[in-house]
Amino acid sequence: MTRNELLDLYFMDARAKLIDLAAFLDRVDRGPGEADFRLAAFRKALKELAGEKPTRARDVLASLSDPTTEPAEKAPGKGAIGAWKQ
Amino acid sequence: MRYIEPHGHMVSRTTDDYQAMVTSGCKAVCEPAFWAGFDRSGVQGFYDYFCQLTDYEPKRAAKFGLPHFCWLCINPKESEDLKLAEEVLSIIPDFLSRPSVLGIGEIGLNKNTRNELKILERHVELAAKHEQMILVHTPHLEDKLKGTRLILDVIKSDKRISPGRVIIDHVEEHTVEMVLDTGMWAGMTLYPESKCTPARAIDILETYGAERIWMNSACDWGISVPLAVPRTVLEMRKRGWTEERADVVAFGNPMRFMSQNPRFRI
Repeated sequence: MTRNELLDLYFMDARAKLIDLAAFLDRVDRGPGEADFRLAAFRKALKELAGEKPTRARDVLASLSDPTTEPAEKAPGKGAIGAWKQ
Repeated sequence: MRYIEPHGHMVSRTTDDYQAMVTSGCKAVCEPAFWAGFDRSGVQGFYDYFCQLTDYEPKRAAKFGLPHFCWLCINPKESEDLKLAEEVLSIIPDFLSRPSVLGIGEIGLNKNTRNELKILERHVELAAKHEQMILVHTPHLEDKLKGTRLILDVIKSDKRISPGRVIIDHVEEHTVEMVLDTGMWAGMTLYPESKCTPARAIDILETYGAERIWMNSACDWGISVPLAVPRTVLEMRKRGWTEERADVVAFGNPMRFMSQNPRFRI
C-alpha cells in the first residue's frame, strides 16, 4: 500500500490514540503525589517515536524491557508491570 | 475463509465461542496447557487437567464439529515450586500416547528465574526423550526480551531438538527476528491490550515474511478475543492481501507446522 493509502486506513485511529496518550499524561500530571518508575519509563519510551528509522515499535518495546541477561534468583510475583524497574 | 486456531484455552471459554469460531471458518483448535489463574494445590490437580484436555474437551469441541488437539506441561507460573513441577513432569509421559496430544507446551518462562529455567530444561529433556514437538510461551511485557533470549539459548543448546519442530509463541517486534534466525517458528498472539494488534501482526508479516509464522488468539479467562484470527484476516483484506496470501498464514502455516505430528489430521 502507498503511504497515502496507509494514512487513509490508519490516520484517524492513530490520531485518536495520540490524543489519548496526551490526555493520559495530562491526567497523571494533575494527580497528586509522586509518580513511580513507570512514568519515567513511559517518557523515555516516548522519545523513540521521534526516531527516523521504521523500527519505532521495536525500539519502544526494547526501551520498556529488562535489559539484563542473568536469571533472577526468585520471582517477585507472577505478573508483569509493563516497564522495567531498575 | 478458513483458519486454524493454534492456541486457544478452550476450557475457559463457552459453547457460544465454539459456535462462533466454527461459524467463522475455524477448522481445528489446539490447546496448550496453561495456568488456571490460580496455583493448583498438588499434582492431582494437573492429572485432572490433563484428563480434561485429552478427553473431555475434545468431546465438547466435537459437538460443534471442531477437531481439538492439545499440548501438555506444567506452565512456568507454577514452576517456581520445584517439587510440584517434578511431580507433574513425572505424570506427563502417561498422557503422551493419547490421540490428540501434539507435544510439550506451553513451556517457557514467566519471571525469568533460575527455578523456571530448571523446569524449562526438564521439559526440553522430556520432549527430546519422547521425540515430541515443543510449543513455548515467552514472558509478558518487560520480561519478554530477556526471557526470549534465555529460552532460545536453552533450546539451541540441546542438539536433539530440531528447530523446525519448535514454535516460540507471543513474539512481538523486538523478539520476532531473533526467533526466526534460529530456524524455529514464531507465533503472534492477537490481544486487545497487550502482545499484537491485527495491524501490528500484519506489519510483522510484511516485514519478516510469512514462511514460519502463525497467528493465534490465545483466548483464555482474561481479556481476549476468540475470533481474533478471522478478524485479522479481515484486516489483511483492507491491507490489500489476496485471499490466498491470507490463507497461507491463517490456515496453511499452522497446518504445515502441526502436521509434523501425524496425529494432526483434519
